Amino acid sequence: MPSFRNSPPPSLEFVDETTDSITLVFKGELRTESVSKVWGKARKKASSRLISTVIIDVHNINYCDGTGIAMLADLLLEAQRRTNVDITLEGLKEDFQQLLDQFDLKHFKPEPDSNAKPIPVTEEVGLTASQFLQDLKELISFVGEAFYSLWIALKHPSTIRWKDMLLTIERAGVNALPIVCLICFLMGLIMAFQSAIPLKQFAAELFIADLVSVAMLRELGPLMTAILLAGRSGSAFAAEIGTMKVNEEVNALQTMGIDPVRFLTIPRIIASIIVTPLLTLFANFMGLVGGWVVYISLGFPTIVYINQIKSAVTLTDLWGGLFKAGVFGLLVAGIGCFRGMQTSMGASAVGQSTTRAVVSGIVLIVMADGLFSVIYYILGL
Amino acid sequence: MTIKNDIVIQANALTCAYGTSVILDNINFEVRRGEVFIILGGSGCGKSTLLKHLIGLYQPAGGSIKIIDQDLVHANQQEHRRILKNIGVMYQSGALFGSMSLLENVRLPLEEHTALDIHAMNLIAHMKLSLVGLGNFTKHYPSEVSGGMQKRAAIARAMALDPEVLFLDEPSAGLDPITSSELDALIRRLAESLGITFVIVSHELASIFAIADRVIMLDAETKGIIADGPPVTLQQSHSNATVREFFNRGKHNNITQVED
Ligand SMILES: Nc1ncnc2c1ncn2[C@@H]1O[C@H](COP(=O)(O)OP(=O)(O)OP(=O)(O)O)[C@@H](O)[C@H]1O
Ligand SMILES: [Mg+2]
Repeated sequence: MPSFRNSPPPSLEFVDETTDSITLVFKGELRTESVSKVWGKARKKASSRLISTVIIDVHNINYCDGTGIAMLADLLLEAQRRTNVDITLEGLKEDFQQLLDQFDLKHFKPEPDSNAKPIPVTEEVGLTASQFLQDLKELISFVGEAFYSLWIALKHPSTIRWKDMLLTIERAGVNALPIVCLICFLMGLIMAFQSAIPLKQFAAELFIADLVSVAMLRELGPLMTAILLAGRSGSAFAAEIGTMKVNEEVNALQTMGIDPVRFLTIPRIIASIIVTPLLTLFANFMGLVGGWVVYISLGFPTIVYINQIKSAVTLTDLWGGLFKAGVFGLLVAGIGCFRGMQTSMGASAVGQSTTRAVVSGIVLIVMADGLFSVIYYILGL
Repeated sequence: MTIKNDIVIQANALTCAYGTSVILDNINFEVRRGEVFIILGGSGCGKSTLLKHLIGLYQPAGGSIKIIDQDLVHANQQEHRRILKNIGVMYQSGALFGSMSLLENVRLPLEEHTALDIHAMNLIAHMKLSLVGLGNFTKHYPSEVSGGMQKRAAIARAMALDPEVLFLDEPSAGLDPITSSELDALIRRLAESLGITFVIVSHELASIFAIADRVIMLDAETKGIIADGPPVTLQQSHSNATVREFFNRGKHNNITQVED
């Protein structure tokens, strides 16, 4: 026997056609791959308004799979859609009749073809606003919970999962070093290069060193590191915890009497607080190296660059930047874990919380940075 | 309608391995059309592994597999696609798409492989879902239904294209006895009236006795088939201790099924 499926498509004939009655004669085999050839034609005839008597003749159908059964059901259901029509099915073989009898056609409500009706704008606005408020409430309660857990953890350092923390330090810190170095080197280089031209007009190229060092140490070093961390690790935290949430691993932790916040988020948050200032140190250094490349290519000796930096920035600038970096690290890790914990069910949910982790991470960083500028200004740093 | 002497799947000297760890070594068997073929064996002996090789997810480390007259191992892309169109698979974990409703999950293979209009596809998907008792849950998402319901929806999806061969990995695990026996009845009916071939991994003795035409039992130690035949024959007379143990442990609970 050749392949089971190479059978010719079924045929459909209309016989005894009068103005108000028709007989649909099917012949051959009704199979998934070929039924579409007759289905549409048959439905069109059966649903024509003028016709009140339809006879479906399937004496000559010798095979009818599930899709074929579905077509017959569809034609019979026509009687439900229009009350003034009488449809009979004749000659269905016993085997196939059994398959059709599995369906209770009287109570079969067909699916509507289009699934969702659009939501009115006002409702949409209301929904979004209430979602936003809900989100804010959850965020506040998460912050409370996280700080409480952090406090407890610091009081009892033995409860911290140090192995997880070290692993996170490696993944979020050590592995991020190349990209942080590269980006900040280029930043320093570009900044120095772009400012060289306007400064030259005032014969003030010497001050490129001041510009690069102040900008890097006070602002850009911590900021760029934190943004890179949000993209790399904040999203990873959200994805890791989100996947655990979807697989009910978080529930499993809870039923084992383990607080998921302590177990999952504290190691990540502490690791992130440690790692961000360290990365920022490298970022600052590489930014200065970038500036130095431009500096010497303008013909200045290295020692001038170093002396210029020494007079431009103080240790306070460095510490201020590093402190900021620590806070950014806390925010990035916190929001990443929070979004992960918020993950609802379903596969796309993890993707959503990852995106939201990055977006809200960056927003928080920028907001915090603004706040720091004000505070440092008031403190006179 | 059933043509029981026609071979649908043939495995010759099949060896399945992950990297260097061999799970199944040099096994031979064939499955006939319209047969309900059950793969048995202890946990971790390689049942799912065998299933995944039979559907072409993994390349065998040795031997050949013929499925519906096609060489699965050496099939080109077009042949492979043709084979896939004619088989349906339900994975042990269900593997429904979380971002789609149950109806959309079942409709997906129809959208990809047939020329039917949306109305027809919806109707078919709805009918398949009501076959497994989920007619009222078409709009639900997988995460909104229970584990057993996900399993049933996955079976409905596997049946969407009315394939010639259905592979089911533990279909009745997680189902209550009533739903499970309804599923058994459905499997028998499809096998008998449409000549659909079933390859099923199962542990449920009651269901095995109710539906199986043939059973093979895999063993982790010998990495091969230790029993092959109709379940009743294996239960009553088999030389291997493990096989007897397997069937006899269930004997206390399943006397009635065995006798009828
Ligand atoms: N992706 C994989 N990589 C390596 N080894 C695997 C992989 N999947 C399964 N195995 C190994 O193959 C063996 C058989 O696994 P398989 O999933 O086929 O078992 P099973 O018979 O289906 O068991 P169960 O009844 O528990 O589902 C196991 O020892 C397992 O460790
Ligand atoms: Mg398995």
